[in-house]
Amino acid sequence: MPGCKTYAILFPAMLQDYLLLAVLLVVATIFPIGGLITAFIIRPHRPGKIKGDTYECGLETIGETWVQFRVQYYIYALVFLIFDIETIFLLPWAVAYNQLGLFSLIEMFIFLALLLGGLVYAWRKGALEWI
Amino acid sequence: MPPFENLPTDLVLQGIFLLVAGLIVVAAVAVVTLRNIFHSALALILCFSAVAGLYILLEAPFVAAVQVLIYVGAISVLILFAVMLTERVMDPKMGARNEQWWLGLLLTAIAATGLGAIVGFAPWPLSKAPIINDQITALGKEFLTTYVLPFEVASLLLLMALLGAIIIAREKEGG
Repeated sequence: MPGCKTYAILFPAMLQDYLLLAVLLVVATIFPIGGLITAFIIRPHRPGKIKGDTYECGLETIGETWVQFRVQYYIYALVFLIFDIETIFLLPWAVAYNQLGLFSLIEMFIFLALLLGGLVYAWRKGALEWI
Repeated sequence: MPPFENLPTDLVLQGIFLLVAGLIVVAAVAVVTLRNIFHSALALILCFSAVAGLYILLEAPFVAAVQVLIYVGAISVLILFAVMLTERVMDPKMGARNEQWWLGLLLTAIAATGLGAIVGFAPWPLSKAPIINDQITALGKEFLTTYVLPFEVASLLLLMALLGAIIIAREKEGG
């Protein structure tokens, strides 16, 4: 196939896997911007006071738009971050699992147990309760 | 015959690099110049994403995945939350200018000089070692054999961060 040959010349093997990702990225960028531009071109332009009003879910907004959120939400984000990092550590272990012995399994259990302790603490303290 | 068949790979890579690097610079400048701090945070996410592209160009897919998962996925959420949790963040009466701008300028000048010196004088040696094909497996093996202690300490560090965050948040709630 001549098309494939072009890719092989233009991109080194490692980067060829990302070609699809790059195409997706470009399409994903063009799609919303193109939609907005098309809407801007074809829509009727008759502004009015009521039309220009700010609304939320069809109703007029109540109070300030920028409000201070409760600090508890920060805990959710932090707990998410910590278990996100844990996932990153789990991945190499899982990939290399077949080449590692029983010792690695115990090590990973210690790793997980420590973090599980943190989760239990967070739970018991009620930090995970949705307010 | 495709039109670009004779174009060398290096030129394409250079082009992609310039694109990614340009995006990083534009996003980074946007972070410090945008007037709405929330928009700055969004520009920072764009900057993080572009850095992931840089890692892919360096043939470090695992680091790129980490960048996307941790920085784009979690750190940016943390930053956005921090912005939204700040008191009177959108108050027009709040000065956008910091009174300690001269101190910031001084520190920035020192940091810029230091970084410039590093860029200028460092030899930047290229590693002769071949790129490992199965990076994640190699990493997993190293994590659980040679570097098992730092691995477990990382878990402890994460635990500390979690506990510390809960304790600080609880105090805030009480007071």
